[in-house]
Amino acid sequence: MMLAVQFPYWAQSLLRVLGGLVAVLLPAGTIVYLFLFKMMSFMQSRLGPMEAGPYGSMQLFAEVGKWLQKEDIMPEKADHSIFKIAPLIVLASTFLLVAVVPFGPDALFTNFETGVFYALAVSSVSVLGILIAGWSSANKYSLLGGLRAAGQLIAYELPMVLAVVGVVIQAGTMNLQQIVVAQNAGEIFGWSGLGNPYILTQFIGFAVFMIAVQAELTQAPFDMPVAESELVSGYMTEYSGFRFLIFFIAEFATAGVFAMIASVLFLGGWGIPFSWFGWNNIDQIDNWMNIVGPLIMFTKMMGLVFLIMWIRFSYPRFREDQLQRFAWKVLIPVSLGNIMLTAVLKVVF
Amino acid sequence: MTMLGDRQRLAYIASQAADARLNVELETEGMTLNIGPQHPATHGTLRIICRLDGEQVVWAEPSAGYMHRGYEKLTEVRTFPQVTSLVNRIDWLGSFANEVPFILAAEKLMDIEAPPRAQHIRTILFELSRIANVSLFLGDLGVQLGAITPVFMAFRDREYVLNLIESATGGRFHPNFDRIGGLKDDLPKGWIEETRSVMRKLRTFCDEIDDLLFGNEIFQSRTRGIGVIPKDVALQYGLSGPNLRASGVDYDLRRDQKIAMAWDKVDFKVWTHSDGDSFARCWVRLQETREATLIVEKLLDTLPAGPVMAKVPRIIKVPEGEAWVSTENPLGEMGYYVVSKGDLGPFRVKIRSASFNNISIVPWLLRGVYVPDVITILASLYFILGDIDR
Repeated sequence: MMLAVQFPYWAQSLLRVLGGLVAVLLPAGTIVYLFLFKMMSFMQSRLGPMEAGPYGSMQLFAEVGKWLQKEDIMPEKADHSIFKIAPLIVLASTFLLVAVVPFGPDALFTNFETGVFYALAVSSVSVLGILIAGWSSANKYSLLGGLRAAGQLIAYELPMVLAVVGVVIQAGTMNLQQIVVAQNAGEIFGWSGLGNPYILTQFIGFAVFMIAVQAELTQAPFDMPVAESELVSGYMTEYSGFRFLIFFIAEFATAGVFAMIASVLFLGGWGIPFSWFGWNNIDQIDNWMNIVGPLIMFTKMMGLVFLIMWIRFSYPRFREDQLQRFAWKVLIPVSLGNIMLTAVLKVVF
Repeated sequence: MTMLGDRQRLAYIASQAADARLNVELETEGMTLNIGPQHPATHGTLRIICRLDGEQVVWAEPSAGYMHRGYEKLTEVRTFPQVTSLVNRIDWLGSFANEVPFILAAEKLMDIEAPPRAQHIRTILFELSRIANVSLFLGDLGVQLGAITPVFMAFRDREYVLNLIESATGGRFHPNFDRIGGLKDDLPKGWIEETRSVMRKLRTFCDEIDDLLFGNEIFQSRTRGIGVIPKDVALQYGLSGPNLRASGVDYDLRRDQKIAMAWDKVDFKVWTHSDGDSFARCWVRLQETREATLIVEKLLDTLPAGPVMAKVPRIIKVPEGEAWVSTENPLGEMGYYVVSKGDLGPFRVKIRSASFNNISIVPWLLRGVYVPDVITILASLYFILGDIDR
């Protein structure tokens, strides 16, 4: 299938850069406004921001303006160059992560054959940023937070990878675009009414993946590394002004991007079942899916982020040793069992 | 004790020795962590110096005094009626309860007693300030453990109680309503019905907290078995209030002492818990809040008619003498030792506030716990900075 318009290479590159910015920043802003400002407020019997714009919708811009005006403070004993780089590394991992997410039949940044592998590898780059942020701040709380974060992120990387292996076995490919196609053109025991979104057949994998995502994002109940009532935001303690802003954006942008990857892996990504439109494979898909696809993706992503935030606002946090125990003693055995089950069923059917 | 064979005992000793050797080999340089004076977990300006080994606290010492306001000295240059406005600010979340023991001490010296209606209303307001105080604790507990939602529910429902206190006394936080010989005013019209409906709301709030926090598995795993205070240690350190009752000591001044208040007119249960851990302390407070709403309702049922002020001279001079009165305040036992030389003001006042004694156990309690548990333990001990530093 060919696109209706052919772009020159420079225009494609420009579109990719702009698309990347939109794909990272737009969900981040929406998540912050919808969930952090409004949903949290409604759950806590208050209104949240109401002054800036209608229903406080411009609140985020007001906050960004405030942060940008702030004095650039750095602790005297901090390792200055590394201190400056740390938030950028964290944000960079988010941008690298979005590069393999497909938004439509042609609306994608790269069609990478081992996309799953790449996404999981790149997602752990942020650990580096967090660790050096904690170390270079020259603050004991930051150090504790950074070390806890490193331990936690590495521990939860493993169940995350293992949960995805089930999907990879079932789809038979590591290409995220192909995984979307496999779900939407799939069938469950011969019934193709819904396609085969892997949340149905890989529910254990989905549950493990979402728990691991919760931990990777250091959201409650896994927010021991930032624990604002205890470590005073951990590795972010010494950051203020626009450096804190970058951490803040990265936190919610990463939540959005992880939710995108989860919706690609488990909810059928940008597609709604192909059979609804009489399509059989990706080449038959109409071009308008390049516009509708991102919107479908956005909806699914928001649903998943809602889940993440809902849990975040209602649970107290685990202690560090408890969450390590949870990762190693519960999640990893469960996801290994899931892989075995999937592999056996794949061979049987 | 299970019986062990010789081989088992030797194996146990060997494993202990191996552990000890490993610990010596892995010993790292310690780190001193200052928790406070500005730290969200100390809700005020308490400083706790912790020496850490990894994430384990090996030594801890609270350092109080960052907010010392010298109330004991200030009372010496005030007249007796003026002192209540000072002592209001000691435990600022349950202010009315601070006034009562001082006024009772002054009344004891002057040998007068408030009329029954005044005693009843005093007790009602006392229990209301207990509810206002402890309901905030129940919400704050969530924040300390990472759940941010309960605190807003606590603020929402505490507001009803504060409104009640305000409508009766004119002051939300610092009522300054108690007078020697009675109260400033009678209750406003419609206050009793309003109070009944608020008490029902507060019981719903307690149920919500019970569901949201106390029934939560993460909350239980964070608090059960953390910071256990055995009965004898609690008594040795002079703990009082819910902290003592959570260690299984059935001691409540409301029931156990004869005092010119209306607690003996109602029947109420003193809640104790046998565990002595953080969960027990929180649980006892939750039950006490529930019980306090019931006490208020029962007192409203039996509210006697009559004046709210006894006959007292216009200019209050307290005769020479010494008096000690303590009551069961929201945070624990609070008492005033008042020495009078027959002047307008007290000669010397010694304030025994509950939090100061309650945090004295911190060095003993924090030894060997992990840093996250420090926060749990401090939250469950529940101190108010004004109550420590005075």
